Amino acid sequence: METAMAVLTGLFFATSLYLMLSKHIIRVLLGVAVLGNAVNLTIFTTGRLTREIPPIIPDDAVVPIDAIANPLPQALVLTAIVISFSFFAFLLVLVFRSYQELGTDDTDEMREAEPVDEPAPPLGY
Amino acid sequence: MATSTAPSVDLADAMVMTPPPMADYLVVAPLAIGFVFGALCLMTRKNTTRQPFIAITGLVLMLAADIGLFWHVLQNGTVVMTMGRWLPPFGITFAADMLGAVFALIGGIVGLAGGVYALDDVNQTGRRYGFYPFLLLMMSGITAAFLTGDIFNLYVWFEVLLIGSFGLLVLGSEREQLDGATKYALLNLLATTLFLLAVAYLYGTVGSLNMADISRKAASVRDTGPLFTIAALFLFAFAMKAAAFPVNFWLPASYHTPRIVVSGLFAGLLTKVGIYALLRIFLTLFDVERDMLAGAIAVIAAVTMVTGAMGALAQNDIRRQLGYLVISGIGMMLAGLALGSRTGLSGGVFYAAHSMVVMTALYFLAGIMGERMNGFALNKAGGLYSRMPWLAALALVLFLSVSGLPPFSGLWPKAYLVKASLDVGAWWLAFAILLTGLLTTIAVGRTFAFSFWRERNDGEAETVSTKGAVSGAVVGSLVGLTLLTVAVGVYPEPVIRVTDRIAGELLAPTGYVDSVFPADMTPAPGDGAAQEGETQQ
Repeated sequence: METAMAVLTGLFFATSLYLMLSKHIIRVLLGVAVLGNAVNLTIFTTGRLTREIPPIIPDDAVVPIDAIANPLPQALVLTAIVISFSFFAFLLVLVFRSYQELGTDDTDEMREAEPVDEPAPPLGY
Repeated sequence: MATSTAPSVDLADAMVMTPPPMADYLVVAPLAIGFVFGALCLMTRKNTTRQPFIAITGLVLMLAADIGLFWHVLQNGTVVMTMGRWLPPFGITFAADMLGAVFALIGGIVGLAGGVYALDDVNQTGRRYGFYPFLLLMMSGITAAFLTGDIFNLYVWFEVLLIGSFGLLVLGSEREQLDGATKYALLNLLATTLFLLAVAYLYGTVGSLNMADISRKAASVRDTGPLFTIAALFLFAFAMKAAAFPVNFWLPASYHTPRIVVSGLFAGLLTKVGIYALLRIFLTLFDVERDMLAGAIAVIAAVTMVTGAMGALAQNDIRRQLGYLVISGIGMMLAGLALGSRTGLSGGVFYAAHSMVVMTALYFLAGIMGERMNGFALNKAGGLYSRMPWLAALALVLFLSVSGLPPFSGLWPKAYLVKASLDVGAWWLAFAILLTGLLTTIAVGRTFAFSFWRERNDGEAETVSTKGAVSGAVVGSLVGLTLLTVAVGVYPEPVIRVTDRIAGELLAPTGYVDSVFPADMTPAPGDGAAQEGETQQ
């Protein structure tokens, strides 16, 4: 089970890296979104996958009797999903605004903050 | 299940049964204050006259709590508090040792200076769009990152401070800002996501997220687990956050674009959180892996500091020049981490503290200079000395301080770092530190000569800059930070005593572990479900 998940997360990472290598910012953004999910699946897998054994403690016990599914990664993933989703929403707006202002989504042409023709510093008085 | 019969369980096995002393609440006080006042500012967002006073009150209280915490840690050692009464590996722990307390304290000082400077620099529109709430929330995130003792929690605080910094960065929505913010946001989010990935592998290997717990368990999984790989992943992620070469190109692309007060706060605070995380991870958690990676970190440090200084030499825009000086300072701190000796670490931490104050002050200075010169371009600069001789004096102090010349605060950490390099025979690292000092002196000396000594040569009449006197808030925050660097430079013994103690604590992480897990506490049964999963295979 872990092996299959490892292959799946590997595919996710490959996809996100490929997308992030693009010079079009919208693809980079999609790559970041896929990367977030790849990491979430990794967290989920590193907690070890135990199927169909819910982490519920019976009435008459105070600790789980058998091995149970690990609930902690789910809490971590939930936190990470919320954070990465809100960041993705912010980035989407930011990128759209800069597309509106700069008129391009090509990173090679986004030279507003670092102009190509910036003069060299003076060499003498 | 729903019956109210109390289970016959000894809660003392899993929970803290005695309430912590009141003084220990200081470890969560700064961020609680930050969040409360951040929320208050958000509520009074439209009242732009009252909002700054609420924010400044909040920042003053935060600084007071930071001072209290620093004093408490100085007297009583590491302060630990675990949320929700759970015993440490289960609850989220906040642990303030000397390192965290000092970073939080200087962060508080810089944050307050920024808040005061912003009284003049941020206009009504900026306030209405939430400058102060963003500032307070970012400050809470930064302080909490310095104080948390849980590695997943550290990730959460990184994201809190990151979203606050995004808000500050795009405030105003100029074309330049949007361009810079896009690069800053994407690359920083990538870095934090990679940090989260490293946390995931660490959790899968060690089965715990509490840093002290990881520290004491790391030795037992070192033979079987890929700890070296995980350490390298952390190094990559935090090097990106700290703007170390060659993953630092987001910094010069973005730091000069927002309002000058925001640039100053970013330069003082954000990259230093990355440095703090590196120190914490590599000394408290992975001391063995640090020894293995030391050579690589030393090379990164040397290249970062020299390329930073050369970048500063090549810039025409004063703000971009300062951005490269931030990078060059990061190299110095990484050198301290790479050396790993008591002297080296002491110098590295001292340099971080020095850099937080001086880089912020330099941006504030650049703000005043740019306003009086109608721009930040060096080739058009000039004529400041005749109009503002006092500013020339402040500028000279800060420029000498950032170059590491006596008698200001930059000298001592550099002397420590050079000595530590020579102690281990790393002459090339010592050479890089001294060369960086020389290049920095040339770069800032040139800025000083052109902006202050040269007459205006762009043909514009003097009338363009007959602006009113610089406001008291701006001068006050700049003078305050400058006095700090002078005081530390002239009288460094107390600071050196503190940084030496920090270095000692970092080199003996058992102290940190013991304060989170006191000897009289019963060891918790089992080690979390992840380990159960491991043994079950």
